[in-house]
Amino acid sequence: MSTCSVSKGCFVFKPSPKKRRVSPKTADYFREGNNDSEDSGLRFATCQSLWKQIKSETEQIQEELNKQLFDNLVSFLRRSHSEFQEKTTEWTCQMKSSEIPTAALVLGVNVTDHDLTFKSLSEVLQNNITPYVALLQAKDCPGIKNLMQKLMGQLMNCYIDVDTSDEEDWVQVSQNRIRCSMASLISWYENITKKTDSETPSKKRTSSRHLQSPPVVVIFKDMESFTTKVLQDFLVISSQHIRELPLILIFGIATSPMIIHSLLPHSVSSLLCIELFQSLSCKEHLSTIIDKLLLTTQFAFKLSEKVLQVLINIFLYHDFSVQNFIKGFQLCIVEHFCSQPLSVLCCRLVEAKKRVNSLSHSQCENVRRLPSFRRYVESQVSEKQIALLTADNFLKEVIQKLLEDLHVYHENYVPVLRCLHVFTSSLPKYPLGKQIRELHCACLENRVWETEEYESSLQLARMLNKSDLVTMLQKCVEIFASSSGKEFDKVVEKLKEFLTQFQKLEVAGACQERGESVSSQKELQKKTDLYHLQKTLLELKESRRSKKLTKFEMLRFEVVDFIDNLVRNYLVPADHKTLHEIMYFNTASALREHLNAAPRIALHTALNNPYCYLKNQALKSDGGTISNKAPDICIVYKLHLECGRLINLVDWLEAFSTVVMAVEGPNAAASDQVDDIIHARFIRAVSELELLGFIKPSKQKTDHVARLTWGGC
Amino acid sequence: MPNLEHPAYPAATLLRLESLVPCRESQVSMLLSIFGERQQFTFPSIFIYGHTSSGKTYVMQTLLNTLQLPHVFVNCVEYFTSRLLLEEILIQLQNCSFETKHASHVLCDTFNDFVRMFKQAVTSQDLQDQTLYIVLDRAEQLREMEANILPAFLRLQELTDRNVTVVLLSEIVWELFRPSTGCFEPFTLYFPDYSIGHLQKILSHNHPPEYSADFYAAYINILLGVFYMVCRDLKELQHLAALNFSKYCEPVVRGEANERDTRKLWKNIEPHLKKAMQTVYLREISSSQWERLQRDDGEPGQLKGLSAHAHVELPYYSKFLLIAAYLASYNPVRTDKRFFLKHHGKIKKTNFMKKHEKTSNHLLGPKPFPLDRLLAILYSIVDNRVAPTANIFSQITSLVTLQLLSLVGHNDQLDGPRYKCTVSLDFIRAIARFFSLLHLKEGQSIGP
Repeated sequence: MSTCSVSKGCFVFKPSPKKRRVSPKTADYFREGNNDSEDSGLRFATCQSLWKQIKSETEQIQEELNKQLFDNLVSFLRRSHSEFQEKTTEWTCQMKSSEIPTAALVLGVNVTDHDLTFKSLSEVLQNNITPYVALLQAKDCPGIKNLMQKLMGQLMNCYIDVDTSDEEDWVQVSQNRIRCSMASLISWYENITKKTDSETPSKKRTSSRHLQSPPVVVIFKDMESFTTKVLQDFLVISSQHIRELPLILIFGIATSPMIIHSLLPHSVSSLLCIELFQSLSCKEHLSTIIDKLLLTTQFAFKLSEKVLQVLINIFLYHDFSVQNFIKGFQLCIVEHFCSQPLSVLCCRLVEAKKRVNSLSHSQCENVRRLPSFRRYVESQVSEKQIALLTADNFLKEVIQKLLEDLHVYHENYVPVLRCLHVFTSSLPKYPLGKQIRELHCACLENRVWETEEYESSLQLARMLNKSDLVTMLQKCVEIFASSSGKEFDKVVEKLKEFLTQFQKLEVAGACQERGESVSSQKELQKKTDLYHLQKTLLELKESRRSKKLTKFEMLRFEVVDFIDNLVRNYLVPADHKTLHEIMYFNTASALREHLNAAPRIALHTALNNPYCYLKNQALKSDGGTISNKAPDICIVYKLHLECGRLINLVDWLEAFSTVVMAVEGPNAAASDQVDDIIHARFIRAVSELELLGFIKPSKQKTDHVARLTWGGC
Repeated sequence: MPNLEHPAYPAATLLRLESLVPCRESQVSMLLSIFGERQQFTFPSIFIYGHTSSGKTYVMQTLLNTLQLPHVFVNCVEYFTSRLLLEEILIQLQNCSFETKHASHVLCDTFNDFVRMFKQAVTSQDLQDQTLYIVLDRAEQLREMEANILPAFLRLQELTDRNVTVVLLSEIVWELFRPSTGCFEPFTLYFPDYSIGHLQKILSHNHPPEYSADFYAAYINILLGVFYMVCRDLKELQHLAALNFSKYCEPVVRGEANERDTRKLWKNIEPHLKKAMQTVYLREISSSQWERLQRDDGEPGQLKGLSAHAHVELPYYSKFLLIAAYLASYNPVRTDKRFFLKHHGKIKKTNFMKKHEKTSNHLLGPKPFPLDRLLAILYSIVDNRVAPTANIFSQITSLVTLQLLSLVGHNDQLDGPRYKCTVSLDFIRAIARFFSLLHLKEGQSIGP
């Protein structure tokens, strides 16, 4: 291809499809060198299968959570449709103005999650109500014309999708040739319904699922972003034709349904028949996800406390987006399997045991290098130490045993955690957190029983009343009974014993206490003189303090001690366990870097300390000084940090040339004139800085530029 | 009452027309006298205006249909571009005399084409010997089309040299239409609002067949007594009347009262209507929900209206960002130092207060502020250190898409974007309730 031309011109080079580079396979990223000694292939496969499982699990959770909402919506659509169908000649129906049935769907501010919800919603609608569903987005509809275009495009295409065979005349009519008006939409709808009516009974398959004349559902994905004018026009137009075209609207609302009133004037909103639907709050959604993904033994992969904290913080502090949380979780999985060679053992116990046998020597060395394993080795007797460090076969046996231990630990951890949560979640002020995820984090962080919060929760638990205590114990029994741990039979027995003791107390305790209180009351009534009264009160107090506890109190202490014992036994933090590195992903810093990037800080570091990214030894310097070997933009940047809001370009240039010329000694500095090359370099650096958004030209003062940032970040 | 009289039309038709347009007799007779006889030329353009639901569209439609005058009726909102509008007029014109529908596609891009094709259509449809009426409903939309459309429609008679009259219907006055270049002045006709008496008459006109007219008129009387203060929209009133009538009839149906027992019926319906005014009229709950409530005899209290869900749950930093934006919008820049710096210089309180005693900042509305100021305030109101991460910036953008903040001015992001906070004090109070410390700070800075 040549660009020879007489006149100036613009030339288009289409990329040739053959030249396209073959992108490396994803699996290859797991392999650093070419040797496969660290099981990279297997790791990749494990990672993929694990993610597939988790993905399907999360989708299922989402489906279950949305079910209620969708059921409500579907029934609303059916109802409003049937009202439309009735076509009664009844007086009220004639007099009532025909409103457009509208569902206001409040979805919460986590906008990123909405796409998935709308996708499944439109699937549900297409399966149950009508094939005619159109999804509109504000950015596609700046004007009513674009809106109609989008709407008609989606609706008419969807008809073609339903049966392509005998609908050639519609395919032929290209979209821009159809007049973009409601009239053509109506005639299209009439055509279609006529056709389905005259369908042969054999083809009734599709229409049996749908209603006789299916409504047209239009979903506005982001109500807030639509302009008032477009919405108003569309509503006015469609309300005029509601009798011919059974339209149903769904408004996707992120903030609050009040937005309808603020977007639409009363004259327009009175055309709508709005019903409100609210989706599950994203926090509840997250709890379910954490419950099903993390607090289970189903998946071998685990998150360490720091990583989990990062993910939860991003969720709570920044976006409320469950999808982002899951994406973050996915990133953890990939990072873990990619960076940890031993993650090949991060799978089901049976499978892991098999894989241990086929570990290569270098993998065994990797195991020996694990900090937790070293700690384990140090605690062993010396002969065993030697065997562990030298004999691969012996090591493999030990690994198998340790993995089993870890598995048992996980199996026991979850029910005990839930049991503890039953107690802590009902205490006043929630010293250990209201949500189970907070408790989980606390337990992972360090020995929970050594914390002050735990101490205070136990104290509070010792003051619980009987009915609360009994219901909690019952809950705990349920949790343990349904758990798979083998060691909990005794625990369940013990808990049941406590329960029966409480029941016995109810009968015995009542009469005894009454007797006591009556006697003390009588004593009080006898003494009338103040001094004696005081004395007796003091005595009573003393006696109460020293008095042996009632049976109930004793029992309560016993229960709390029992729970405390369980916690100490089973809720050991995971990083105290040997080989936890295999299952737990704990590089929180990598995760934070990827998910919560700080562009300003990164830019500042790059410009202020170029060594950080360039890794050039010459640039290594300590803080304050400005090296003249740094790239020009770095020098200019450093100089500009010392200036105020307005920067004098001449001074700046002078400073720049001084820094650059510093190396050439005094004879170079003697020349008063700034070198042309230096001048050009300076101008280029300054315009680069402008492009990065640090400065902008100012009209306040000639030869000055304005700073757009303040401080050193 | 002025009886409609016109020599050109049979008296029976006129009588029927009169019964169809109650309370609009004078306007109709005016229109009739302007229209003249079928073949007579009349004004090239007529402009009819009046408030919402004062019967403009209805009267025109009934008039033209009853007298069987050839006409084209187009809603300008529905045909939003000039091309669509012109094509629609031509299509309707083609179907004007024949009942059979021509599916022939009309292509008409400019007004010149329109005039040519219009002439053809008139000739082919045999309409030369009578006036053709083109009614453009919601004519205020014409102003947003190309500049030549409105003036050309006003003198269509002259341009086409045919017997045609354009009728413009609008809710706003002619003065707001008049283009700066000048144009042909149409004949303007005002439709005044219906008075309460008119409303009573029109609403009672269509009584349900199973009840007597008097009974229904009494009901309408009560209805108007409640709603007339807030709503004079005939359509809306009719809708409300239909919604609540079954409740009114309840005592009669159950046999507790007879149709004449007005007092008892009033006692039954009045609180119900008042509730309707607070809920269904404002579209707080939908009319179908209202009907269901009536059927089940439930209390509307159990159904929460739309505004009951005003609370918006926001992420932690979004809450702070919003509060910071609010403070930046309503506090003058000079006070920032005083409110947000620990060791601020002393500001003479008296001097400061004097200037701001007169106008509350809330009355002035939100002022725009640059991004940097927002972040600076954010850093000072959040207790722990906030890193300026990408998430923080994207949160600002998502607040803009949620319409809680709004971007002011040009979209050049590099030049330091400016924002405005669009939420109300109540909203901010609800958010700030989570951070009790902030509450106090806010009270200091913006409270009266």
